[in-house]
Amino acid sequence: MTTTLASTMQAAIFELSLALGDDALVLGHRLTEWSSRAPMLEEDIALSNLGLDLIGQARLFYTYAGEVEGKGRREDDLAYFRDAAAYRNLLIVELEIGDFAHTIARQFLYAAFVHPYFQALAKSGDARLAEIAAKAVKEMAYHLRHASEWMIRLGDGTAESKRRVTSALDDLWGYTDEMFEVMPGERALIAAGNAPDRTAIKPKWAATVDAVLREATLTRPADRGMQSGGRQGRHTEALDHMLAEMQVLARQHPGATW
Amino acid sequence: MVAVELGQDDDLARAAVVAAAVLDPEIPVITLEDLGVFRGAVRRQGRVIVTLTPTYTGCPATAAIQFAVEAALLKAGLADARVETVLSPPWTTDDITEAGRAKLLAYGIAPPNQSTPHGLFAEDAVACPRCGATTTTKLSEFGSTACKALWRCDACREPFDYFKCHR
Repeated sequence: MTTTLASTMQAAIFELSLALGDDALVLGHRLTEWSSRAPMLEEDIALSNLGLDLIGQARLFYTYAGEVEGKGRREDDLAYFRDAAAYRNLLIVELEIGDFAHTIARQFLYAAFVHPYFQALAKSGDARLAEIAAKAVKEMAYHLRHASEWMIRLGDGTAESKRRVTSALDDLWGYTDEMFEVMPGERALIAAGNAPDRTAIKPKWAATVDAVLREATLTRPADRGMQSGGRQGRHTEALDHMLAEMQVLARQHPGATW
Repeated sequence: MVAVELGQDDDLARAAVVAAAVLDPEIPVITLEDLGVFRGAVRRQGRVIVTLTPTYTGCPATAAIQFAVEAALLKAGLADARVETVLSPPWTTDDITEAGRAKLLAYGIAPPNQSTPHGLFAEDAVACPRCGATTTTKLSEFGSTACKALWRCDACREPFDYFKCHR
């Protein structure tokens, strides 16, 4: 019985670490797609740096997931040698980058969730998850500030910037509910104090979103057609295309070094 | 200060001194001890273990720093010593030593403030590392590396790097 409980907990920690790693890697990779093509040099550097933070966080979560799983899989195995159906990321992070307003709106909606989520995860009874979250939360505070400032500039900017960011919010809103879906194995982690309850993060997220949208003179879209499935490996076609590009080198030249 | 007792374990003490004195690859005027990423040296199961901590999780210099420490240990005849990374407690810019702050300033990088305003559009007050003027403007939240922002002095008109407060 004790062994079963312990192994159930280990499996759940693996699943959560993997999901958090996938969220960070996929969004991090999406941000790097702006390298050399952002609307201005400062943002080019900013988005690349934000991407680096996320990829760094993904490495920490993957390394831990691999250790917990105990099958010898390392960060690169998890990043480069799984197909889309084995990825557990939220759908919102895999969508194509779209225009600058889409990228900013996504970054804002995600950071407004993950910043309080990491604050809570930093108190996890699992020491490793806690220390990764304590490190990552400092970076996400910065991401949230950066994205919030841009939401306000775009929303309260020109007619064109407002039109674009409104359209981005409308497109992305249906993907926000998935952030608060508790994965099946996560319930045991929440009960044991090893992971925060995502549903309890929603009021904090909503308060941040509402405050920034108000200042940006934007309207919060209505909840309809909420999408999910990423945590079960049911992804959009966009993830396949992204992974094909991200994984091709590692798969054609396994173990390559440079 | 390097956290070992000299005279008791020569190799351990030497490993700590050697590792602490390695220069940061991207700001080659400050040592790992100045930067606050050198966490100490211990002996575990007979082996010398040097512990480091990363600055930002995605900082590309982390691997370069580890290689540089391994190379320095090897050069010092400590081929058996190993380098380990620890995350906790997480690094903050408060871990940069007073000596480190002075070296940053002399190198032309404004050292980090002890706190940063968290409100939207809130600006840090940063003094120009060249002329000392406090009338400065942030040009970009991100500079040549993740840990720096790009600023300009409104008095002497020189652009400069500001080592961002991260805590």
